[in-house]
Amino acid sequence: MRSLMSAARVAAVLFCALTGLAHAETVEIRIDNFTFSPAEVHVAPGTTIVWINADDIPHAVAANDKSFRSKVLDTEEKYSRTVAGPGTIDYFCSLHPHMTGRIIVDGNGSDGAGGH
Amino acid sequence: MAKQSSVPEDEIDTGRRHALKCMTWAGTGLVWSLAGGVPLTAGLLGRDAQAAPVNPALTFVQISDSHVGFDKPANPDALATLREAVAGVRSLPTRPAFVIHTGDISHLSRDEQFDAADQALKELGVPVFFVPGEHDVLDDGMGAAYLARYGKGPNGKALGAGWYSFDHGGVHFVALVNVVNLKGGGLGNLGQDQLAWLADDLRALSASTPVVVFAHIPLWTVYPEWGWGTDDGARALGLLARFGSVTVMNGHIHQILQKVEGNVAFHTARSTAFPQPSPGSAPSPGPVKLPADKLRGALGVTTVTYRAKAGPLAVVDATLG
Repeated sequence: MRSLMSAARVAAVLFCALTGLAHAETVEIRIDNFTFSPAEVHVAPGTTIVWINADDIPHAVAANDKSFRSKVLDTEEKYSRTVAGPGTIDYFCSLHPHMTGRIIVDGNGSDGAGGH
Repeated sequence: MAKQSSVPEDEIDTGRRHALKCMTWAGTGLVWSLAGGVPLTAGLLGRDAQAAPVNPALTFVQISDSHVGFDKPANPDALATLREAVAGVRSLPTRPAFVIHTGDISHLSRDEQFDAADQALKELGVPVFFVPGEHDVLDDGMGAAYLARYGKGPNGKALGAGWYSFDHGGVHFVALVNVVNLKGGGLGNLGQDQLAWLADDLRALSASTPVVVFAHIPLWTVYPEWGWGTDDGARALGLLARFGSVTVMNGHIHQILQKVEGNVAFHTARSTAFPQPSPGSAPSPGPVKLPADKLRGALGVTTVTYRAKAGPLAVVDATLG
């Protein structure tokens, strides 16, 4: 019986955790004036990152470690990616590599965006 | 195309530094003349064309950054302005031997954009030699579409991402690719393979051979804050240091910038599509929106004329309007 109770408790905790993931936020990163804004975000695991190109020049998003690479994004086009984490993802614009950004995925980062 | 400030005929054979001073005020679009291996400006169109050297051994034209497919407010029809540039080249008093296109042929590497650009450039009636810009390698194959179309080079000897060399009229031309395998936080990139090829390509040349090098992104550091430079460009320039006359022609920054260092003359060409701001003069290097009647004054092409043993290279810019 006690083991059943323990199992239930574990299940409840898991359920809460999964519910938390199900409610994972979407964080928007705008590409404007050849800059990712915000350039660095702290997010929880499971957060979906959406990049929107607000420039009148195309950009693309590519991870430094080559784990992902968007198609080219023309004006107002979007690219989204859900981050599992935890960890740090450094990325850049594959057309204009001086444009760089960072996503820090950790357990505490559910507030969406952080500063530099 | 519009008339340009002219370089008086009696200045054609002056020294390189004076020539480059002339280039600065010659302003728009560009006609290069190589005379004795050193660049010198002369006007491209109208009365300026009369300043071009007589009976040059070799004249060629540089077109850059046509961005066919671009349709934003800075220029709603980049194909139309490319066609105007082509018409301007066709009206030159001296028919160029060939045209070099220093990249960003298309805006988004789409087949229909390359097709439209090719159709417009076909009207030149002379061979066109290409290098890719970063906008030409945006396909899923990261440059496969460019290579399928232009990858053989002028002599079937292009290698890697599309680099090659050829000789014409006593001048050695080197086409370099610095828009692939870019790294986060970095600038343009040539890469070890291409640099090794370049060293080998130049090895047999005598130091007196005039060399013209062209690539999309400037090979020298123009403004790293906007990515306007090439990380390993200095290594390429090091390989060229022993030559008495080196002319480096780039695009990418949609404006004319030039300088001379030792025996190397650097030049960037205007775009035929839209202008970009001068380094650091705007929040970003995005397209400059000009009033419609001013746009063509900020677009242009470059012509280069080479005369062996006759003084400096002549380099002339001319605008579309």
